[in-house]
Amino acid sequence: MIFHPGILALLLGSALSCLMLLYSGYHGAAIARGFDVRSGSERQLGLERRTYLVSTLVSYAMGFQVLSLFLFVFTADRLHPLFSGAMCAAGVLNVNRFGYPALLLKVACFLFAGLWLVLNAADNRGYDYPIVRKKYLFLLVLMPLFLAEAAVQALFFLRLDPNVITSCCGALFGEERSGVPSWLGGFPVLPSMAGFYLSTLVFLASGARFCRKGKGGYLFAAAASAVFLFSAAALLSFLGVYIYELPSHRCPFCVLHGEYGYVGYLLYAGFLGGGVSGAGVGLLMPFRKVESLKEAVPFLQGRLARAAMILYVLFAAVSTLEILFSDLRLVLQ
Amino acid sequence: MAMIELNGVRKVFNAGKPNEFCALEGITATIERNRTTVLKGPSGSGKTTLLSILGCMARPTSGRIFLGEREITSLPERFLTEIRRKTFGFIFQQFHLIPRLSALENVMIPAYPLGTRKENIRERAMELLSLFGVGRKASSKVEWLSGGEAQRIAIARALINDPAALIADEPTAHLDSGLSREFLEIARHLEDRGKTVIIASHDPLVFEADWVAKVIPMRDGRIVSGEAS
Amino acid sequence: MSRAGRQRNVLDFTLSSLMRRKGRNAALVFVYAFVVFLLSSVVFLGLSLKEEAQSVLADAPEIVVQRLAAGRHDMIPESYLAKVREIPGVRSAKARLWGYYYEPLTGANYTVMADENFPYGRKSVVLGNGVARHLPPMVGKTLPMRAYDGSYRFLQIRETLSSDSELVSSDLVLMTVEDFRDLFRIPEGVGTDLILSVANPREVSTVARKIAEILPDTRPITRAEILRTYDAVFDWRGGMIVVGLSGALMAFLILAWDKATGLSAEERKEIGILKGLGWETSDVILMKFWEGIVVSLSSFLLGILLAYVHVYFGSAVLFEPALKGWSVLYPDFRLKPVITPYMVSVLFFLTVVPYTIATVVPSWRAATTDPDTVMRA
Repeated sequence: MIFHPGILALLLGSALSCLMLLYSGYHGAAIARGFDVRSGSERQLGLERRTYLVSTLVSYAMGFQVLSLFLFVFTADRLHPLFSGAMCAAGVLNVNRFGYPALLLKVACFLFAGLWLVLNAADNRGYDYPIVRKKYLFLLVLMPLFLAEAAVQALFFLRLDPNVITSCCGALFGEERSGVPSWLGGFPVLPSMAGFYLSTLVFLASGARFCRKGKGGYLFAAAASAVFLFSAAALLSFLGVYIYELPSHRCPFCVLHGEYGYVGYLLYAGFLGGGVSGAGVGLLMPFRKVESLKEAVPFLQGRLARAAMILYVLFAAVSTLEILFSDLRLVLQ
Repeated sequence: MAMIELNGVRKVFNAGKPNEFCALEGITATIERNRTTVLKGPSGSGKTTLLSILGCMARPTSGRIFLGEREITSLPERFLTEIRRKTFGFIFQQFHLIPRLSALENVMIPAYPLGTRKENIRERAMELLSLFGVGRKASSKVEWLSGGEAQRIAIARALINDPAALIADEPTAHLDSGLSREFLEIARHLEDRGKTVIIASHDPLVFEADWVAKVIPMRDGRIVSGEAS
Repeated sequence: MSRAGRQRNVLDFTLSSLMRRKGRNAALVFVYAFVVFLLSSVVFLGLSLKEEAQSVLADAPEIVVQRLAAGRHDMIPESYLAKVREIPGVRSAKARLWGYYYEPLTGANYTVMADENFPYGRKSVVLGNGVARHLPPMVGKTLPMRAYDGSYRFLQIRETLSSDSELVSSDLVLMTVEDFRDLFRIPEGVGTDLILSVANPREVSTVARKIAEILPDTRPITRAEILRTYDAVFDWRGGMIVVGLSGALMAFLILAWDKATGLSAEERKEIGILKGLGWETSDVILMKFWEGIVVSLSSFLLGILLAYVHVYFGSAVLFEPALKGWSVLYPDFRLKPVITPYMVSVLFFLTVVPYTIATVVPSWRAATTDPDTVMRA
């Protein structure tokens, strides 16, 4: 195994994070089983106290997931001199079959931890813990996901073999290969751009309607998912090309480098943040009818919807600026 | 309308364990708004436990409790605390001022979680300290204060969030008669200003005061029948 | 309720609390900073050495061709040069002549190299700084070297290389080609290895492969491979130390957890009072959170600062031997500070994150004190 400090940090961090989440799952199971708001017994008071612990642990875990997502990408990037054929993180992640799954699992964990926290925020605003059972069952369901993420990341690092020759992003995200990344990256530019802008507009329109009239929450959530997908496609198929001003360079990771003005951070903040917020709105839809959450749910949804819109506007604005000010002119067939 | 209504309230500690202890049993009572109510009884009678339940500091094991029209029996801690912050001010038997902090800082503490700007809190705290005649002691560390001064600081602290009710646990226990009478004066004055006052005491000076509207006698966790007035 | 106001007020109160308990927290900060210091020193040293190796090797030849006989390194015929020069992409090629010389009196190993353009003529040498510093006693201006037949050659020391190039030249002894062949009995027409310059970096591996094909008894080594090996070695060594320090890290975490759990009676009482006065559990958790942040940040910054001074001004006295390896002729060079935000984040992950996690449960326990404990006191 490669004893790079970054790798050690990630492994240690995810091991601890796993422990935290398992521990909170243990408490969560007890809470899901025995919670009874009407009771004033000491057992109930104890369970209520434990809810604070679970909230704190999951919040920390989520914070860790965000940071470790970036640290993971940067570590992969730093390791590229060790692997022939790799010029950045994209190549390193391809060295064995655990690299990209680890990345996707990390993003998934971040999203789901975020969704859980949204649910938690809603539950806390209800004076009778209205969705407590569902919430903790949801947490238990997520446990395997968190464990899988730690395991796959560990496998990736443990199986990193410097003797393997890997490919660089031009080949990975180009049209010749098969698999989701190149499927997304292989979209022809014009339809991809059209889809991206169109879905963003639909999203913003439905968001405005939702915020003003409170209707169309499900539509908004669906639009959010569409924007998420189209933004991902945009990142892979044409944004990179404009930012790097090189037709074959499509790496979604190099945008995080200083030479491109760290614009990647803004893009990913918009993309990931918007994704969670939009999904959060959809997640809360079924709970609008709950008595004690009558005010809380619409309030939270409004906040989340606004956040999602701002973040995706940020993403679209930064992308558009990059395209407009790029020295590259794509010849569109 | 009554401010607080209790119905068959029961409080048990260490349930199911060998040292199980029932502190309150079958408590049914009302606390009138803008009046002074005194819980009377020897130590161990459950007055302190009842005070903490009245003041939304603890939840009853069984029974029901209403604050105005709203039932607060099963409210989770975060809601209960929110209500408590705005509705009740506490004066503890030992005052429990935080040492090595100044009087002013002590008075300001209950207001921090509410998010008010510190300058506003400070202003209001100074007002209260002046009101009780201890304005000059604002920056003194509380260890250096006399018993009477500490009491006034404790009262000021209880009033920082302008609560509707003041709760005092054995306020005269550590005071001489002179200071005890001063305290009762302040309590009466607060009642005049519209506050509800609830005091737990076994000091006759307190429960025999003529302006006390209601006395609830307690013994062994129960209300002794026949509420004197 | 203003959320920002709440954060600010609680943070204010937390700071004043910490100030009131300076003594207790000082010990924790000290240990915390020390752990950060240890880890940071190792990491900074490793980073700097890697950077140094990279910049030094930047001028190394793209390909070095060695000849193997029965799996061992053997001299390579200069006639191979012609074949190699024919490979497209090869800009230039020439033979190198060098070897090792062991000096028994000092236990030092010199790298002896023949220089085609040696300026001082026969019977002279130019020494690297490390060699000059560790000469056998009573050697004045003449260096005696034992030849292949046991007899001695006495070579005039003409020059000592400057310390600027210490990392590559510390153990070098330079001489003319003829003196070299004479000293070691290396016949004409063979050299130690061939060095090649390749115009296009993308073609290096292709060229290396071709060399292996047309000259099957050789082993071409690319510069990229060497760099990779250095990187891996430094990483490996650095990593081993980090793993070794995990003991210290564990002890620190146990200390942190213990301190957080074993709140003093005074602290417990204070939290009880806060809860009694209307602070909610999440308010106290927030306070503990800020406490952790303040302690972590000050310790972290202190530790990093000390590590920086230690490595770049004190030459990493504590960790030098482990990372640099064993040798008598050790180059004496000043490390260039290389601190990246990435490395700082890594150190953050290795120290602050475990500390925060270790204190979550104890903080929660403290925060969930019943509000009415202050009444029962």
